[in-house]
Amino acid sequence: MAAQGEDLNLEATELRLGLPGTVESEKQQAPPSGRSMKRNLIDVNNKCGSDKEESNGSSAQKCEKQDVHRPSKAQVVGWPPVRSYRKNCFQKKAESESTGVFIKVSMDGAPYLRKIDLKLYKGYADLLKDLQDMFKFKVVEYCEREGYNGSQFVPTYEDKDGDWMLVGDVPWNMFITSCKRLRIMKGSSEVSKGLKT
Amino acid sequence: MDPGKSRDSAETARVMQFPNDVLERILSLIDSHRDRSAVSLVSKAWYNAERWTRRHVFIGNCYAVLPQIVARRFPNIRGVMLKGKPRFSDFNMVPPNWGADVHAWLAVFADQYPLLEELRLKRMTVTDESLKFLARKFRNFRALSLVSCDGFSTDGLEAIATDCRHLTELDIQENGIDDISGNWLSCFPENFTSLEVLNFASLSSDVNFDALERLVSQCKSLKILKVNKNITLEQLQRLLVRAPQLTELGTGSFLQELTAHQYVELERAFISCKNLHALSGLWEATTLYLPVLYPACTELTFLNLSYAALQSEELAKLVAHCPHLQRLWVLDTVEDVGLEAVASNCPLLEELRVFPADPYDQDINRGVTESGFLAVSLGCRKLHYVLYFCRQMTNAAVARIVQNCPGFTHFRLCIMKPGQPDYLTNEPMDEGFGAVVKTCTNLRRLGVSGLLTDLTFEYIGRYAKNLETLSVAFAEGSDRGMQCILDGCPKMRKLEIRDSPFGNVALLSGLEKYESMRSLWMSACKVTLSGCKLLARQRPRLNVEVMKDEVDDGQSYKVYVYRTLAGPRTDAPSFVCTL
Repeated sequence: MAAQGEDLNLEATELRLGLPGTVESEKQQAPPSGRSMKRNLIDVNNKCGSDKEESNGSSAQKCEKQDVHRPSKAQVVGWPPVRSYRKNCFQKKAESESTGVFIKVSMDGAPYLRKIDLKLYKGYADLLKDLQDMFKFKVVEYCEREGYNGSQFVPTYEDKDGDWMLVGDVPWNMFITSCKRLRIMKGSSEVSKGLKT
Repeated sequence: MDPGKSRDSAETARVMQFPNDVLERILSLIDSHRDRSAVSLVSKAWYNAERWTRRHVFIGNCYAVLPQIVARRFPNIRGVMLKGKPRFSDFNMVPPNWGADVHAWLAVFADQYPLLEELRLKRMTVTDESLKFLARKFRNFRALSLVSCDGFSTDGLEAIATDCRHLTELDIQENGIDDISGNWLSCFPENFTSLEVLNFASLSSDVNFDALERLVSQCKSLKILKVNKNITLEQLQRLLVRAPQLTELGTGSFLQELTAHQYVELERAFISCKNLHALSGLWEATTLYLPVLYPACTELTFLNLSYAALQSEELAKLVAHCPHLQRLWVLDTVEDVGLEAVASNCPLLEELRVFPADPYDQDINRGVTESGFLAVSLGCRKLHYVLYFCRQMTNAAVARIVQNCPGFTHFRLCIMKPGQPDYLTNEPMDEGFGAVVKTCTNLRRLGVSGLLTDLTFEYIGRYAKNLETLSVAFAEGSDRGMQCILDGCPKMRKLEIRDSPFGNVALLSGLEKYESMRSLWMSACKVTLSGCKLLARQRPRLNVEVMKDEVDDGQSYKVYVYRTLAGPRTDAPSFVCTL
């Protein structure tokens, strides 16, 4: 951490409310309050200011490096200024988002299965791209009427009711909650032909 | 008066001698609080005529005046709006039990205003006892609006629904309350018909749907209906067919597996709502059902999507149907691309609010950036109100934004990482905010953020001559910064500062200023107890309250200074010290 000596000097001359003799305890390591985070910045500025030989660019770089000490998920009370009600609405969403939706993916002819987390994908396009990379196959673009007509392989999934469905038929949000497993069928198989009609 | 101007004074005297009833008749047509304040300063006669004809009073700080003083001055009040806690209490910066309890006011009103019809409270503490008292004592009571309040439960709402026979408005928004059950809705009497506004969007318990449906059918004047998340799409359809006259609708959850028939019915219900100009709710809305809204969107002026985590394409498709949109609230999940779609489709947009879906997420690749804001400023030249939460910003972008839209009245920019500089140049955001105040001469409200030095505040003091509200957080600089604001902004009313290096010199430089302001808030700054004491001594008509945060380890002090006719408050809790 930056020179302890400099910190103490600042403390001595700083006017703040508090009983004499109280020392700001180990806040440098994990600053929960914005005040300590700001102190980091003051140190950084002092250091940058005194290095007159260095060009602006590199002293700015130095500042950036020292900024990194700030822990990434440090929460400051009341910041950002979002009303509690609004925060609570989304904290619940965030909690459910943190648990992944892991499903098995099999492909006809492939010797072993893969497991993927559906929550990591933004939508069908994202998912299909990844599946094609993973299993080294290609599909044509999905269309509502024809499905994947013309593809050598057809992505399908088993839903909550045990039915085999064509990937892409339902909205993405509904898909990730109802999909139990994925199966990439050969386009020529009887089952996949059945799904097209 | 100057004797040489006797002709003028005679002239004036003639004008002043309107018969009182004529004067009162004329003044009763004036609604604006500010106009009425001005009127009351003209002469004693006008002061009296004004006070007898005033029907609504707005008290921006419940501790600035005693209810008895209000009642003595204004004998004929029918509607009261009261605001209580400092705004930062919305962000958990004021400990619970701080005060702003409405009960003392209700007790006086029961005596002096038995015919009271409207009560609108913001950031006040309201207990169930107070709600029961209200329902019991005011036989003519019509409209209750509670925004960001705390202290009551749904039990209190039961009393309101049961006893307020002429209720036209029940508006419950974002309060920290005990949501015990939805039974309150069933407490409206069987033959109840007077409701015009019903907003229970922020309550989480289930209400009895049959009771709600009956209520909506019977209240033919119902104009504003905002239901909570538990109301399904199917239920919404049933409500809409009974209330096609709605002008504002807050839906429930917008995600439900509907049959094709149900979908068509829902679409039809929206088509039949020909007067809808505001839409909100839309929890969990997705591409699947948003299209049912399209027919209703053509006349929409206000769209609140801040509880629907829409992606950019979903928003783009939706706003393509909203050419008359004036106000839009969204989550930053729509990203810059979504905002670009807004810019292309909504040329009449005046207000934009972008809220963060995940305020604590440090990943800079999510949310909106300066380009989204810039795009909107290019496409929406009437933009004058923006609240924008983002993770990166540049001075150049801000300067261009205000160049495109010089008419800003409210510019609230929140760069979410405290003290973050212009991400391209690494410089402070001084020049950006400088451009805002130089260009936007009508600016009334400003929220600054990012890395700021004294220069920002020098600019504000020099140019922001119409500024009334300023919010500062995590600024750098010195006492001089705050001094510039206090010296330079003649219309400043509300100043709130946190985590900035302003100390006693800055605080005391405002000695001449604070009585012309509503309030000053300073927390985690460099002010000391002695500075506050000095201020309190010099200005007895200010309340200087110092709070020690009990939860914290004793390092942070909060100072709340406000003008008052009521003297130091008698209900201050132990952690609030009035100097």
